[in-house]
Amino acid sequence: MRVIINGKEEYIDKERLTVSELLKEKKVEMPETVSVQLNSSFVRRNDFNSTFIKENDKVDFLYFMGGGG
Amino acid sequence: MPLNEEQIERYSRHILLQQVGGKGQEKILNARILIIGAGGLGSPAAYYLAAAGVGTLGIVDSDNVELSNLQRQVLHFTPDVDRPKVISAEEKLKSLNPDVTVKTYNSRVTAENITGLIKDYDFIIEATDNFTAKFLINDACVFNGKPFSQAGVLRFMGQTMTHLPGSACYRCVFDSPPPRGSVPTCSEAGVLGPIPGTIGCIQATEALKYFLGTGQLLTNRILMMDTLSMEFTTVDINRNPDCPICGENPSILELKEYEQPVCQVEGTEETKQR
Repeated sequence: MRVIINGKEEYIDKERLTVSELLKEKKVEMPETVSVQLNSSFVRRNDFNSTFIKENDKVDFLYFMGGGG
Repeated sequence: MPLNEEQIERYSRHILLQQVGGKGQEKILNARILIIGAGGLGSPAAYYLAAAGVGTLGIVDSDNVELSNLQRQVLHFTPDVDRPKVISAEEKLKSLNPDVTVKTYNSRVTAENITGLIKDYDFIIEATDNFTAKFLINDACVFNGKPFSQAGVLRFMGQTMTHLPGSACYRCVFDSPPPRGSVPTCSEAGVLGPIPGTIGCIQATEALKYFLGTGQLLTNRILMMDTLSMEFTTVDINRNPDCPICGENPSILELKEYEQPVCQVEGTEETKQR
């Protein structure tokens, strides 16, 4: 399945998967540290398990970054 | 006030720019910018904004300079260790450009003082090292309709976004601070010195663009920089209807400091708010 992750074309070896499964697939260990946009709308954290990614979807992973001092 | 001869020479490389000119330089000379944090991000932002001739620069920081700061916090020099960061910053900036009025606030930002601190400034630069301050600054700027630049760095990565009243805010992306200990801080995981340097320069650029009214600001998008692959990516973001502060049913109605989400170890850098 072709998806666009943070603007880059990627191929996932699955027909259908949830946001949570995609996070696992991309080795994001702690989903509570990432915000996810699916086709330009933020996905509620509680919906990561029930929201499915489809062919050609645009997914953005946004990570917390707390440093700066 | 029209530019004097010395100013025409000092700012000549700005004045040559079609988007700046004498009029734009006058706008910069009248700008009032508050930088919260005189550390890794705040150092380059403050230097370039002072060099650019920003009329009033406010600097907020409650810390003294530590030896471990000097690898990246270029406002501070070795003899400044143990001196207040705001004093060290003020000396360097005034020496760089006497046109600039530097106002210092040797304090941390709190729910009680932040509204008063940002009141007299037209643009805020969030250059802190902790989520408590990052969320508080976002909330205060959204409540008070203040434009601001937000940024974060870690290891070899950085990211930044700009908020204007009505555009997506930090909480549209991150609704609340991450669980304690889940996201490492720079003092736990490290940061390459030039990373905050680069991102702080981008924050200064955004501030100057704001006053000049030129170009496209980083509003409704986040710039993400990964210097290992040396890739810069911008991700478009939309205002989030579920945003707890600017969404359809906001749950945050007053300023509050959110619990320090990082592991607290007494005496280490991350327990202090810049």
